[in-house]
Amino acid sequence: MNVPTDLKYAKSDEWIRVEGEVATIGISDYAQDALSDIVYVDLPQVGASYTAGQPFGSVESVKAQSDVYLPVGGTVTAVNEALGQTPELVNSDPFGAGWLVKIQLTDAAPLAGLMDAAAYTAFCAGRAH
Amino acid sequence: MAESKDVLQRTALYDWHVEQGGRMVPFAGWEMPVQYPTGPLVEHQTTRQAAGLFDIDHMGQMEVRGPEAEIFVNHLVTYDVTKMGLFDAHYGLLCYEDGGCVDDLFIYKLPDTQSKDSECYFLIVINASNRAKDVAWVKSHTAGFDVSVKDISDETYMMAFQGPLAPAILNRLTKGDAESVKRFTASQDVILGDVPVLLGRTGYTGEDGFELFFSAEQAVRVWEAILKAGEPEGAKAIGLAARDSLRFEACMPLYGHELSPTITPVEAGLNFALSLDRDFIGRDALLKQKLESSGRALVGLELIDKGVAREGYQVQHGGQMVGALTSGMFAPTLKNFLGMAYVPRSLSARGTELEILIRDKATRAKIVKKPFYVPAYRR
Repeated sequence: MNVPTDLKYAKSDEWIRVEGEVATIGISDYAQDALSDIVYVDLPQVGASYTAGQPFGSVESVKAQSDVYLPVGGTVTAVNEALGQTPELVNSDPFGAGWLVKIQLTDAAPLAGLMDAAAYTAFCAGRAH
Repeated sequence: MAESKDVLQRTALYDWHVEQGGRMVPFAGWEMPVQYPTGPLVEHQTTRQAAGLFDIDHMGQMEVRGPEAEIFVNHLVTYDVTKMGLFDAHYGLLCYEDGGCVDDLFIYKLPDTQSKDSECYFLIVINASNRAKDVAWVKSHTAGFDVSVKDISDETYMMAFQGPLAPAILNRLTKGDAESVKRFTASQDVILGDVPVLLGRTGYTGEDGFELFFSAEQAVRVWEAILKAGEPEGAKAIGLAARDSLRFEACMPLYGHELSPTITPVEAGLNFALSLDRDFIGRDALLKQKLESSGRALVGLELIDKGVAREGYQVQHGGQMVGALTSGMFAPTLKNFLGMAYVPRSLSARGTELEILIRDKATRAKIVKKPFYVPAYRR
């Protein structure tokens, strides 16, 4: 299982990369593996605003539908349009080409409550697959 | 209530599945592989293009024997088994008096070599989730019939080997006997390697292929022999997720989804399994429903808007709820988002636009022809 050390992780398996006021969000390697073959990703409109913990979209595999939650508060500035034609990018490159949305941070406080790579690795190990 | 995990049964191939990275999940009281590491999409295409091997030992089997086996089975099942020749295999259902489904079945009519008093006996394949219920239901109707009903699920192993290349592969293991078995028939005592099997040219994928029945202690040997023989053609083990998407594309009903005690086979459109010109349990209700065109109709839906429609999602027409999806998913062969639902007959015409509520969003869909994927043997 790949867990990049430069990211923060939510218990609902999203990762977040913060660069100044902007953040990129996706789902973890653990999450894509658990979901298995992803066939559709439902993403929000650019400009949509969410508070921390709100669902902003849905990642769907052959067998399962899984909501994705924004770990912080923010306004969507970009969505990964490539996932429309190639949702399998979330499986093959969850931390890179399989990113979901970019946001302008409006509430960064919840960042302090997210897990680092070591904590998230331990969190995943404690769960049955 | 006991944890369901405590009572899950395992097939003889459980260790093999785990060793091969099979992801084990609870299904109908069994711990079964939902997928192997390559994933359900590859497994689906492997079955459509080459050959896939399925551990389906969770399925149950019962035998009905005796001088009155034929009239007894005919009293219970929707299809007229007197029309079947020896070695024929046919789909049918057990119904309640009101036409609701006890279960759906595959019925094999086989020569009875154990008795001088009867020409044939019946091997009936039943769903894992309904095994106890079915056996009890069938046994509860034996009064007045000279028959014996036996649940042979434990001693019988069942596998399916499906796909366009399955016949050629099995041929090599059976000295040419596999390909001589015609569609919807079975052959007894086919020797696979050195194991006698009952080989039915049947299946639940929409592809050509076989279902195999044999002594349970031979499970691992038969499984490995088929995979090894099929290696050059790319034959692989296939999990339950692909089994579901394969049957879904072919619009084959799954009990608990398209069939239940409150759904009739007339509503499900299973006319080929109904012989309404003779008496059987549920016949009057089914005939009445058919003549009156009452009840609902099972339709195939294709999404117009984007989204994945899944089982249980509401189907609406002009904002009014008119049904719910019985199955819905991405169809890997057709590369399309599809579903099945029961709707009022007045709304069941092909081309009718309906809405499916996907997480509170009304998503447009239209009724399309079933099956979504026409089985290879019907083309």
